[in-house]
Amino acid sequence: MTAIQNNTFSSLTPAQFAAIGADLDAIRNRVRTDLGQRDADYIHNIVKRQRQFEVAGRVMMMIPPTWPLGVAALSVSKILDNMEIGHNVMHGQYDWMGEPALNSKHFEWDSADTSKNWKITHNYEHHTFTNVLNKDHDIGYGLLRMSEDQKWEPRFLANIPLTVLLHTFFQHFVAVQNLKLEEVLVYKTKSTAQLKEEFKPVWAKLKKQLKKDYVYFPALAGPLAPLVLVGNAAANLARNVWACAVIFNGHFPEDVEQFPESVVENETRGQWYVRQLLGSANFSGGRLMHIMSGNLSFQIEHHLFPDLPAHRYAEIAPEVRAICEKHGLPYKTGSFLRQSISTWKRIAKLSLPSGRSGKVSQRAANEEALAPLAMAA
Amino acid sequence: MSATTPRTHRFANGLRRALTSRLAAALTYPHGVDRYLEQFAPTASLTEVRAEVVAIRHQTDDSVTLSLRPNGNWQGFRAGQYVRLTVEIDGVRRTRCYSPANSVHATDGLIELTAKTHAGGFVSKFLKQRLTVGTTVGLSQAEGRFALPDARPARVLLISGGSGITPVMAMLRTLTDEGFAGPISFLHYSNAAKDQIYAAELAGIAAMFPNLQLLRGYAEPNQGGELEGLFCRAHLNAVPDFADAEAFLCGPPGMMKAVQKLWADEGIGERLHLEHFSAAPAVLADSANAEGDVRFIRSERLAQNSGATLLDQAEAAGLKPESGCRMGICHACTCRKASGRVRDIRTGEISDAGEADIQICISVPVGTVTLDL
Ligand SMILES: Cc1cc2nc3c(=O)[nH]c(=O)nc-3n(C[C@H](O)[C@H](O)[C@H](O)COP(=O)(O)OP(=O)(O)OC[C@H]3O[C@@H](n4cnc5c(N)ncnc54)[C@H](O)[C@@H]3O)c2cc1C
Ligand code: FES
Repeated sequence: MTAIQNNTFSSLTPAQFAAIGADLDAIRNRVRTDLGQRDADYIHNIVKRQRQFEVAGRVMMMIPPTWPLGVAALSVSKILDNMEIGHNVMHGQYDWMGEPALNSKHFEWDSADTSKNWKITHNYEHHTFTNVLNKDHDIGYGLLRMSEDQKWEPRFLANIPLTVLLHTFFQHFVAVQNLKLEEVLVYKTKSTAQLKEEFKPVWAKLKKQLKKDYVYFPALAGPLAPLVLVGNAAANLARNVWACAVIFNGHFPEDVEQFPESVVENETRGQWYVRQLLGSANFSGGRLMHIMSGNLSFQIEHHLFPDLPAHRYAEIAPEVRAICEKHGLPYKTGSFLRQSISTWKRIAKLSLPSGRSGKVSQRAANEEALAPLAMAA
Repeated sequence: MSATTPRTHRFANGLRRALTSRLAAALTYPHGVDRYLEQFAPTASLTEVRAEVVAIRHQTDDSVTLSLRPNGNWQGFRAGQYVRLTVEIDGVRRTRCYSPANSVHATDGLIELTAKTHAGGFVSKFLKQRLTVGTTVGLSQAEGRFALPDARPARVLLISGGSGITPVMAMLRTLTDEGFAGPISFLHYSNAAKDQIYAAELAGIAAMFPNLQLLRGYAEPNQGGELEGLFCRAHLNAVPDFADAEAFLCGPPGMMKAVQKLWADEGIGERLHLEHFSAAPAVLADSANAEGDVRFIRSERLAQNSGATLLDQAEAAGLKPESGCRMGICHACTCRKASGRVRDIRTGEISDAGEADIQICISVPVGTVTLDL
């Protein structure tokens, strides 16, 4: 990790920001007007496959010899449901189709988190304030220390085991993310009464998810109930670990930048685009890898165009890359493994008191930042 | 009836009960049973009305007639009512209203819709040129207050023009199927004989039912109609007791206005029932100056279009719609537009006037817009 660099963001002129914005807007507008049958067929096909994997998985799990296949199929189903379908549909990528079942307003996913809370923490907070400290809760989920500019506290010594825990119970952490538990447990800025109130809708959904996977489906299997229960737990675990790993690779490799709160004041569209670019990283892979990651392997394109159908990212990635080269902006990408190693290195380093914020509090650091400066962590 | 019929019936009922059970809902949570059923049979649904297109015929050059087989959720209609038909065109669902033209007593269980194709008409052209037999379409339940009263009137007068014949055709077919004995007069207007939809059916019914007085008017000369030209007072000379009839009217705006005025002048306005087909008038795409109203139907509020985004206008009207980024990223503000055109402030693109979901933070109304808010 390097200290504050006099980096890309602060070296650009307003005219350059505007030019970058215009180039990226042109891509967006071209794809939007081109949306049609191909995109509808694509998502309909993915939904069909997800339903097939789910039904097949649940059935195979009740037949001992096919149990492992059942677990694999249900894992695939849950990953498709959450990533290529759920995450993308809830972004409004398919709202233009006018299909209620694929509409960001109504879609609910096979995950503990309510779609309503997800759309607040993810679509709004994370995507609008990407990698802005204090505003983007995805920076460490209130649990981890993911930036040098986050003040070190003794609890962060457990950064690594906590990250493992986050991967394991990812859906449940995401489900309570909007409750901002650290405000109650650590900072005492929220009352337990308020927390209880906010927990009600979360618990209502959680209960239904738990009952489905751990009561009703096992009960249907009669004497084989334990087999189905363990199988469902395994499928949920597989989805949790995979989803968490994909998301971490998208924002936390070491060269991905984070920003102080001041950058978002009077931010132009061009500046917003550049922040999205600098705050995200891609990983490479084949078509299957892209589908199974909900095309978040194209995290950069996703952050630039969160509501364009994700299967289009692969097509526009070369253009985005060319725009980056034209304007001298970095385009961060690497293999899944490389990005994972880099992410875990960052997590390990930040478990120890280090960097500027070992001394300076975050708020003070922000107030000092007069110009919109990005910090390369 | 064979012995298998009640058994299949029992099976179907049992299956339906199982699929609508709370257990089925819990097992398919959060997507619901329908989202799995439709993967097996596209028209299958526990709640939605869907239909299969079973026949398509072309009565005239600029019309298309569809026969639809609805699924079991269809509750039937009253003669004169309309349905909202939803078709997928280039990946996008489009919804338009059409009035079934069949008798409510039709035994084949089919719904018959006839659409006139408009030159720039998006859906009507699709129905005419691209729709194929076997396609699944979406339907609403029947809607609308334009309908034959359950207590049939003693004297019926039907007046239609062009494609406006569809709802009154349903009324005529329903009445004749019931053996309605009272006098029925039917004034129908079209441009020319070759453009007239339901021409053969009308002539056939008129030949069978002496209580039907059929009067056809054509805008073009020498078409062999009983009436000359467009609707006028003189046409009612053939129907001297028109003031005693319940009159049902559907046609192009000009014709409807003329009939309405006459009925109002005669002081019998309450005996005239009408259906308007025409959508809100198209507004010039480049109109930068704000026109029209913004109607928030759920909260029953009306505001004059200020030219600001619909989100701003909704808030100015005292509403609290959901929002987040206010810049078109998060879709928190997405809301159903019931009708009207909007301009996307990012692209300048103008929407069509039909029902659609829009992001109100980046949409500016172009003329009157109705929002489900
Ligand atoms: C209650 C109700 C019942 C209806 N029943 C029928 C029916 O049985 N048969 C039928 O053919 N239509 C019927 N319509 C009209 C129908 O819903 C559509 O408006 C029509 O088919 C045009 O749709 P479109 O997508 O082709 O045109 P759009 O793409 O929506 O419009 C294209 C252009 O056509 C103009 N336009 C739209 N509608 C009309 C119209 N009705 N007359 C003249 N110009 C128009 C628009 O102003 C626009 O300039 C009914 C409408 C209503 C409200
Ligand atoms: S408020 Fe975020 S898209 Fe409209």
